[in-house]
Amino acid sequence: MKSVFTREKIDKFRSKKRSVWALYFLMVTFGISLCAEFIANDTPIYIRYNSKHYFPTFKKYMETEFGGTFESETNYRDRYVQELIEKRGWMLWPPIRYSYNTINYDLKVPVPSAPSQENWLGTDDQGRDLLARLIYAYRFSIVFGLSVMLLSVCFGFFIGALQGYFGGYIDVFLQRFTEVWAGLPLIFLLITVSALVRLGFLPLVIIIASFKWMLVVPIVRAEFLRARNFDYVKAAKVMGLPSLKIIYKHILPNILSAPLTLIPFLLITSITLLATIDFLGFIPPFGPPSLGEILNQGKNNLYAPWIGITGFLALTSLLTALIFVGEGIRDSFRVQSHMDGEVL
Amino acid sequence: MKTPPLLSVKNLSVAFKSEKQHRAVSGVSFNVNQGECVAIVGESGSGKSLTALSVIRLLPYPDAFHPTGKVLFDGIDLGTASGHELRSIRNKRIGFIFQDPLTSLNPLHTIGKQVAEVLMLHQGMNIKQALSQTLELLTHVRLRDARNRLDAYPHELSGGERQRVMIAIAIANKPDLLIADEPTTSLDVTVQAQVLDILVGLQKKFKMALLIISHDLTLVEQVADRVLVMHQGKIVEEGGVFSVLNNPKKEYTKALINAVPKGFAKKLKSTDEKEPLLNVKHLSVTFKRESKGVFKKDRNFSALSNISLSIGKGETLGLVGESGSGKSTLAFSIVKLLKYQGDVVFCGHKISEMSRRKFREIRPDLQLVFQDPYSSLNPKFTIEEIVSEGLTIHDKKLDDRARARKIEEAFLAVHLPKDVGKRFPHELSGGQRQRVAIARAIILKPKLIVLDEPTSALDLSIQKDMLDILITLQKEYGTSYLFISHDLRVIKAISHRVIVMHKGRIIETGDARDVFLRPKKQYTKELMKAAFLT
Repeated sequence: MKSVFTREKIDKFRSKKRSVWALYFLMVTFGISLCAEFIANDTPIYIRYNSKHYFPTFKKYMETEFGGTFESETNYRDRYVQELIEKRGWMLWPPIRYSYNTINYDLKVPVPSAPSQENWLGTDDQGRDLLARLIYAYRFSIVFGLSVMLLSVCFGFFIGALQGYFGGYIDVFLQRFTEVWAGLPLIFLLITVSALVRLGFLPLVIIIASFKWMLVVPIVRAEFLRARNFDYVKAAKVMGLPSLKIIYKHILPNILSAPLTLIPFLLITSITLLATIDFLGFIPPFGPPSLGEILNQGKNNLYAPWIGITGFLALTSLLTALIFVGEGIRDSFRVQSHMDGEVL
Repeated sequence: MKTPPLLSVKNLSVAFKSEKQHRAVSGVSFNVNQGECVAIVGESGSGKSLTALSVIRLLPYPDAFHPTGKVLFDGIDLGTASGHELRSIRNKRIGFIFQDPLTSLNPLHTIGKQVAEVLMLHQGMNIKQALSQTLELLTHVRLRDARNRLDAYPHELSGGERQRVMIAIAIANKPDLLIADEPTTSLDVTVQAQVLDILVGLQKKFKMALLIISHDLTLVEQVADRVLVMHQGKIVEEGGVFSVLNNPKKEYTKALINAVPKGFAKKLKSTDEKEPLLNVKHLSVTFKRESKGVFKKDRNFSALSNISLSIGKGETLGLVGESGSGKSTLAFSIVKLLKYQGDVVFCGHKISEMSRRKFREIRPDLQLVFQDPYSSLNPKFTIEEIVSEGLTIHDKKLDDRARARKIEEAFLAVHLPKDVGKRFPHELSGGQRQRVAIARAIILKPKLIVLDEPTSALDLSIQKDMLDILITLQKEYGTSYLFISHDLRVIKAISHRVIVMHKGRIIETGDARDVFLRPKKQYTKELMKAAFLT
């Protein structure tokens, strides 16, 4: 029964072809990048050797396991190792035999190399496969954006609800605090902090989220200010429902639509911000690449246009698709007037 | 026959493209003669407003359309008239007064300008002539101090004054026909009487025909020559106002007339209990208004001052007052939704000094029903969830079986069908929603229910059901009511004792019969007179 409202919104979203296609595009690309380890990796997905099963993606095996000589981790890209395994079994490779940090030492041309049969999008200036890096970067950017979004939405809703529902001094104090906090320049702060300490994934998410929540607050606050005077909220008060429950049960479900429409755009700004600071090179590389880092490489190697073009296309298509989806969500939540008719 | 009728509506139907099978108005025919006052009476949804709006083609076309019918105004077919023709007829020959004077004036223009605009548009006057004519018009509608208020903006005027300006605009070009859609519904009773008086006076003076749309039978009786009763898009009965209202032929008309609240509440048996259930002493509420200057002191606005009242067990205390008299403020203070000064003793507890947490335990005994059943129910909750919410808070030990039984009992008490529980508020009618609101209040078996205009948003016949339900409940459970309303007839029909409030003060208080039949204070007398009771 509850889905009556939801169904209406889904139908409205569906009627927007552009948004639907953008959503499909995002789902497919993000889906692919989510299984990056099985699509672009320097280890096979599965090895059948001596009638035994091996899953090198998840577990590390010694070279001796396959009859090699070194007591070290197997380098499956080694022609010698490959021959050893194929003698008494077989292995299943991912479509791209490079991980984001695999360096292709077999290149015949100086790096960065142009797209070829081996490296579909070419390599970067360290001989790493660009397509593999792109897939990992895509995933990293989206996961990062989602984390920032989730954190800032939770925090923003909480603060906004407090301000709007209780009002008074709580509201005034938090408003002034927000104004001061918003005055801090985020990029400079990130540059300063990253110069002092090495920033990991989580600290970075937290720092950025601690600024992004302020985008959510004004809308949630305004909606709460409006909703706290609704008769059914007053009725719940008269009934003796505690404030937190009133907020959670009566107000929140009824005001969700306005702040929800903001969320896709929050995701967009987070991804862009990550790309920006990475492009500027202020975040020391930790683990997987990001889209900004690919763009930076493109800028540094202008004579290798495939790097820049790849980064540019990936980022713009991602952001464009997100904007279309965001628009679709925003429009499906908008209440349309029934009196659209023309009056003579 | 003599002269042809001024307005002749023939077999008119209205339908909307979004709901093709349903005709909102079907096959309505009537005539309005020169200088005649015709009233259309009906409940909400009966199509009376749609009929009036289609006369001047103000429906949301092309979504709305007329499957059948013709509207002839002085021989011109308004259905086929061009936009240009229509514009020249609107206001010049047919004036229109809307229900809500708050929204039908442009807030950004002075009232003088808005009246003058009509004159300049249709009579080609220059601004000077138009303004002097405007002044004359505003004197006609008896706007106080009209000369100095040409430059006033709508927000500086009260509701009644705005409606006067609207009337001035409507009659500015001396139309042959004036259509008034519920012209007094949103106004206070005393103001209603004045506005109606002006309207009828002007009609006589300019020999206009008046088509008045209303749900208020008392009002219709005062002004109309002929009356049309509409029900579900059709004209049920038609005739002279006296014969229809005093000698109705159709069942529906009879029911409508019977629904007007009449009589007094049954007298209470005198009880031995000395201690009243609720005792309010010297209650005052002041709102802070921030001053405009930085160094000026904040001005305080006193919404309620020194209110004392008491309600006994099983008693109904009626609270009457015009808008702005502080009725709702008092209701909200008693249930502690507002801060106040003064003592409130309920069931022996001094609730005015209780902490919020402690008071929560008493909440189930003290419930509130709101005026607007459209806003008082959470649209995301099912009816069952709404009604049972109080149980979940205050009766946690209740098992599912007992709970279901209690919900069913509550539905039964307010005459709601059992299967309504799984539905959402938007699927119910206004009357059903208000029943849900009452069910929500009574499920906790409260000792006192504060009813803030519980019937004002409802149609007459539903209003009657509602009052019946409340009276039955009172008999059964011995519940006390604080019944707030601006409608004196409703108050008269349900209250044992009555309080009359004006500008935050109690003007008169006493036994219902005394107050209604032998009012002591001048203000009360005026109020009674305006409500057509004396």
